Amino acid sequence: MTTNLVEMVDIDKSFPGVRALAKAHFELKPGEVHALMGENGAGKSTLMKILSGVYARDAGDIRLDGQNVEIASPRQAQDLGIGIIHQELALMRDLTVAQNIFIGREPRRFGILDEGQLNRDAAAIFASMNLALEPTVRVETLTIAKQQMVEIAKALSYRSRVLIMDEPTAALNDAEIAELFAIINRLKAEGVGVVYISHKMDEIKRISDRVTIMRDGEYVGTVPAADTPIETIISMMVGRTLSGDTLVVPDTSAAPIALEVRNLNRGREIRDVSFAVRKGEILGFAGLMGAGRTEVARAVFGADRRDGGEILVHGQPIAITSPKDAVDAGIGYLSEDRKHFGLATGLDVRNNIALASLDRFTGLGGILDEAGMEQKAVGYIRQLAIKTPSDVQEARLLSGGNQQKVVIAKWLLRDCDILIFDEPTRGIDVGAKSEIYKLLNALAGQGKAIIVISSELPEVLRLSHRIAVMCEGRLTGFLPGGASQQDIMRLATLRPSAVAEQSIERRST
Amino acid sequence: MTDTAAPAQNTGPRISGAFHRLLAFSGLIALVVVFSLASPNFMQTQNVLAILQATSVNGVLAIAATLVIITGGIDLSVGTLMTFCAVIAGVLLTYLGLPLPVGVVGAILAGVCCGLVSGVVVAKLKVPPFIATLGMMLILKGLSLVISSTKPIYFNDTPGFTQISSGSIVGSIFPALPIPNGVLILFGVALLAAFVLTKTALGRYTFALGSNEEAVRLSGVNVDRWKIAVYAAAGGICGVAGLLIASRLNSAQPALGQGYELDAIAAVVIGGTSLAGGRGTILGTLIGALIISVLANGLRILSVPQEWQTVVTGAIIILAVYADILRRRSL
Repeated sequence: MTTNLVEMVDIDKSFPGVRALAKAHFELKPGEVHALMGENGAGKSTLMKILSGVYARDAGDIRLDGQNVEIASPRQAQDLGIGIIHQELALMRDLTVAQNIFIGREPRRFGILDEGQLNRDAAAIFASMNLALEPTVRVETLTIAKQQMVEIAKALSYRSRVLIMDEPTAALNDAEIAELFAIINRLKAEGVGVVYISHKMDEIKRISDRVTIMRDGEYVGTVPAADTPIETIISMMVGRTLSGDTLVVPDTSAAPIALEVRNLNRGREIRDVSFAVRKGEILGFAGLMGAGRTEVARAVFGADRRDGGEILVHGQPIAITSPKDAVDAGIGYLSEDRKHFGLATGLDVRNNIALASLDRFTGLGGILDEAGMEQKAVGYIRQLAIKTPSDVQEARLLSGGNQQKVVIAKWLLRDCDILIFDEPTRGIDVGAKSEIYKLLNALAGQGKAIIVISSELPEVLRLSHRIAVMCEGRLTGFLPGGASQQDIMRLATLRPSAVAEQSIERRST
Repeated sequence: MTDTAAPAQNTGPRISGAFHRLLAFSGLIALVVVFSLASPNFMQTQNVLAILQATSVNGVLAIAATLVIITGGIDLSVGTLMTFCAVIAGVLLTYLGLPLPVGVVGAILAGVCCGLVSGVVVAKLKVPPFIATLGMMLILKGLSLVISSTKPIYFNDTPGFTQISSGSIVGSIFPALPIPNGVLILFGVALLAAFVLTKTALGRYTFALGSNEEAVRLSGVNVDRWKIAVYAAAGGICGVAGLLIASRLNSAQPALGQGYELDAIAAVVIGGTSLAGGRGTILGTLIGALIISVLANGLRILSVPQEWQTVVTGAIIILAVYADILRRRSL
């Protein structure tokens, strides 16, 4: 048996309010492709960021070739031969391929950059990868797949023996995936160890030798990829039992339909999505990262344009071309990224609550009725139990859960009766989560139609009266409330056939 | 972040925000004290009034710039827009011989219209504010020269015109206190702008846009309309500045204007308004404008050459922003 290239033992890591890793394990052999799987938030990326020097671990050991090592910075990881290719590519679009690969280490002659040498060095790496790529083209002009190759080349230029790939195929089509896999196989033959983080079951089966499964920041187990049934891997991923309240699904079949979406389309991201949600119903949207759930929500809300599709509110077709149209129709959207899209963080709680309804508090000459705003804000602070010293506290100083409540209050004040919650509990403490859940249930009880998008399966299962599952822009099926996690995972990994995939136009070059 | 952690940080930034204004204010006081000690002439009523009078044009322009900067934008056209409005007043009053009120309203309306155009270019055409107003700056500079045939337009036929800036309503009532009207107008514009910023929906959206434009858009607010309104309001205020400067010079000088926008932005920045948007006060801007003119006046009294005044002003700008960075870091 060969010695392990990498061993990570009993790794702990906490972020404020969250325990990201607890006694996590991982090992990697030379010439192995080792898949790392788990639900969103299981700790895969955190573990790999520790290995690549982005985060510092709280406890545990990291061994390279059996020797204990400290990896304090990405630079140090590179020097140790550990390269990582992040989910979001980190390339400088306006520079050439070669300039990107050797950024910060450009060959010089007499103190002047030696562009010729730079391009020759890059060409040599491409040759070793058996990759046809011109070193002098600008990165901007490359497809996502080719950009990924540039990242790999960059990692190899550090003589990496360990290559970490975080969701490398998220933006690739089948042909491009095949290209990537060919490169991975060549690297493997040269003894490079590859860590492959992915959600896609079929890819894991195709490319990896072993699979390590993580859940809630803990190590669950390691199994051989080839002869472990997908069902087993899925059950290892979701294996926890649901805690807390049991779901009560009210009978909303007689309730009128509040929002109906027909044949929503946009490029590759949203493909022919149709659904309806009734008054008093909570419709959950499940799916893996990049399945297109947020895209659907933003398209319905008018935040992004759409290529086609009809939106009906209370049975009436509504032309929604901007968020204003959606809000006027009574639709509120709570973004997954509160800091960027939900809160005006510099404003206080009162003004954030009033932000969508400011015209209602505007009197003669545009003067604001601060007393009226205060009264409403204080009312919602009490009703939703928002923890804030006062209604004039700046919103950015509240905790995540309370910020979320402020955004909820904003839409309640605006009399929205269709509420779309995108990752309502992301970045929120466990304690505050159940409070948000209760609030959503209460809102549904009042007859609001609610859509919940969540990447956390237990959350979807705990809240949803009905579950819509998406995969790669398509709605792959509806499940009744209380469906099993396995059912959801099966629909969420249901990739369309290769035939359908090839009919989609390739990304422009 | 935990729920319990939040209240602990409660009053921190408020104090710091006030601290910055305090810093600018104490800077102003310190300058006044130093110059008074250095020269007995400095604190003479005559000189104080001269300082205030000299602040009026830059102060009004800085207020216009403050509005736009709080939205997260920038307005480089305030200087040449001021000149353009002065030229329009000259056309209306001297070329066309219309009555004084028409000239006043016309100049301000011209400012509003130009601001409207900048606003539309920024909000609808999505041209970055820097570029849009840079273009506007040159367009207006050129138009001013074209309309006036590059010659100053004098207001000799409109006797009341110089009174706008240099007359003193206060002085006619309290002869001991001949505060020029220009100063009153500066404070009037400042009060109005402060009122709009803190008490009206327009003001609230101004801060909200600079704080997080996308969040405002996703709240269903017609972001474009409000943004255009802010640029238009700033344009109108530039119109007032145009009247002030034309009145003081008793002429519209078409070649003037470029460079004023930088003094205005300097005043805004010294006053603690963030160029990133979302934060700022009119009071701070006023203090910033006063610091610049006190500095210029005091250094002149001390016979420091003009060139060195410019050097000192530049250093003060950098210091003021560095103080702001220190404040942010301590949050």
